[in-house]
Amino acid sequence: MTDFYLIVKNMTRKPLRLFLTCFAIFIAFLIFGAVTTLKGALDSGIDLAADDRLVVVNRINFTNPLPISYYRKVAAMEGVRNVTHMNWFGGYYQDPTQQLVTMAVEPESYLRVYDEVVIEPEQRSAWLQDRQGALIGEKLAKIHGWKIGDRIPISSSIFSHRDGGHTWDFVVSGIFTGENEQYDTGYLVFHYKYFMETQTFGGDTIGWLTLTTEDPSLNEAVAKRIDESFANSQYETDTSTEKAFNKAFIEQIGNIGLIIFGVVFMAFFTILVVVGNTMALAIRERTGEIAVLKTLGFSSARIFRMVLSESLLVALIGGLAGLAAAWFLIEGAKAAMARFLPNLVMGGDTVLQAIGFMLLLGLITGLLPAINALRLNIVTAFNRG
Amino acid sequence: MSEDVLFQLNGVSKHFVRGKEEISIFDNLDMSIERGDFLAIMGPSGSGKTTLLNMLGGVDQPSGGEIHFDGSRVDNLRESELTRWRAHNIGFIFQFYNLMPMLNAARNVELPLLLTKLSRAQRRVSVETALALVGLNDRARHMPNQLSGGQQQRVAIARAIVSDPNLILCDEPTGDLDRKTADEILEMLQLLNREHGKTIVMVTHDPEAARYAKRTVHLDKGRFEQREVAA
Ligand SMILES: Nc1ncnc2c1ncn2[C@@H]1O[C@H](COP(=O)(O)OP(=O)(O)OP(=O)(O)O)[C@@H](O)[C@H]1O
Ligand SMILES: [Mg+2]
Repeated sequence: MTDFYLIVKNMTRKPLRLFLTCFAIFIAFLIFGAVTTLKGALDSGIDLAADDRLVVVNRINFTNPLPISYYRKVAAMEGVRNVTHMNWFGGYYQDPTQQLVTMAVEPESYLRVYDEVVIEPEQRSAWLQDRQGALIGEKLAKIHGWKIGDRIPISSSIFSHRDGGHTWDFVVSGIFTGENEQYDTGYLVFHYKYFMETQTFGGDTIGWLTLTTEDPSLNEAVAKRIDESFANSQYETDTSTEKAFNKAFIEQIGNIGLIIFGVVFMAFFTILVVVGNTMALAIRERTGEIAVLKTLGFSSARIFRMVLSESLLVALIGGLAGLAAAWFLIEGAKAAMARFLPNLVMGGDTVLQAIGFMLLLGLITGLLPAINALRLNIVTAFNRG
Repeated sequence: MSEDVLFQLNGVSKHFVRGKEEISIFDNLDMSIERGDFLAIMGPSGSGKTTLLNMLGGVDQPSGGEIHFDGSRVDNLRESELTRWRAHNIGFIFQFYNLMPMLNAARNVELPLLLTKLSRAQRRVSVETALALVGLNDRARHMPNQLSGGQQQRVAIARAIVSDPNLILCDEPTGDLDRKTADEILEMLQLLNREHGKTIVMVTHDPEAARYAKRTVHLDKGRFEQREVAA
């Protein structure tokens, strides 16, 4: 027999109560895990957009093009660190319903601006050298089973190929991942030069510019400078941060979300309070037994540890099971939700936060009875019966 | 102080403060208990028998005076030291057995051994020996609620002796048992005293029970009225 055996025996003395307690904690952390992840996915559009990244679009509408000359002009402006340009390709694979986020980019500057894109050095140089090469995200590679060297036909719902038809052949030069797990890797980028040479419209226009500034504090000034320098030209611009760009979109769903999350988190904390009270009571019932242990010669510190371990154990068993269930739930929903919430991933910070709450629950519920046990006067405990 | 004296109480007093009132239970109590003694403490309810036993067991501390155990002072030890001292030297038997309800008989007996450095195998031998002594080997796997009152008290006796303490303190050990069962328990205590040399201090209301002891003291209004009783 060990202290741990005693702790487990104490914990399981009323199996139904233990089950109900653990179940309530399970539900609480299932809610916590699922909702926090969901919220994280909604927010990630905002969060992942770098603070110092600005987007320059045509003022009339962001689907209208800009002249390529803007790329050099903006690059030369004060406060601009890196700039790249992109064209929306309107890609799909095999079937127009299988939309594929595809963009024609200037490769070197693209990788400079999107520095959270992680790629092996050999793959990077292979892509830079191969005009027909495409860089695809890990997620796309997984969905379609594409490997490096594969020849993939991607069609455009906007452009036509010079050789006829709407389909371009790309060679997979590299597969990238994100610096963190939440980064959405469900897209494809390829060479702007190749795009311009092969499409029928010709010309040298770009869709938009994305740039990083020297410091987020310069954002406003840089945006103003850009828009002012192109004011009264044929192509006026509208510059805003990527964050603001995404935020405006997400805020529409966000406001409703906030209310729901508030209610759900209130439920989470209510469960914890109710459960905590039950757990504390369960230990208080045993005052007499604790007095006996003390009389037998168990030190106060040892009893303190046992009482605290018990409540921590209960909190962790219920909590980890709930968190695991939330994880399975999220993984199951991932595929179905992929189109709306590409970043539906339970992050390490959610897990840590949840474990933090479990420890807090165990500590708070166990601490008071444990301190009482520590201070318990054997004589008065026996007198009380 | 004689070699044979296990407990020596010098001018021990005890008072409780209840509200503004101070209640004195003992004042200037002297007493000695010899090694190998079997002492019964009798007296009316509220006379302070339990309080005295608690002080002997280091569970309660006197308000004044000194208590010496085996030649060294114990009344001024810190709580943690007293706890360790109790674990080494004293076995407790309570009126209501006070077994842990979620542990079987053998594990209840094993409990005090968690405070020793004995190995698992050594512990098992000690538990079996103690249970055999109280005649309950065949009930080792029973839970307390599957045992009669007498059997539970025997488990409690086994628990009190398993770590081989010199002194056993019992507070009304037969108070909750019928005559026949009480006699069995008392015979067992007598055996422990005679054959195993355990010093026993027993509080009881029951004159029949006191007859098993070597001597009886009567506690009343904070004083002893001592008379020898033939064993
Ligand atoms: N913690 C305490 N606080 C205040 N008074 C106490 C406390 N413990 C005991 N007393 C008082 O001390 C006196 C002696 O109590 P004690 O329990 O020692 O009596 P007893 O002789 O064991 O009685 P009984 O035969 O009923 O068990 C009683 O008047 C009791 O009310
Ligand atoms: Mg009493």
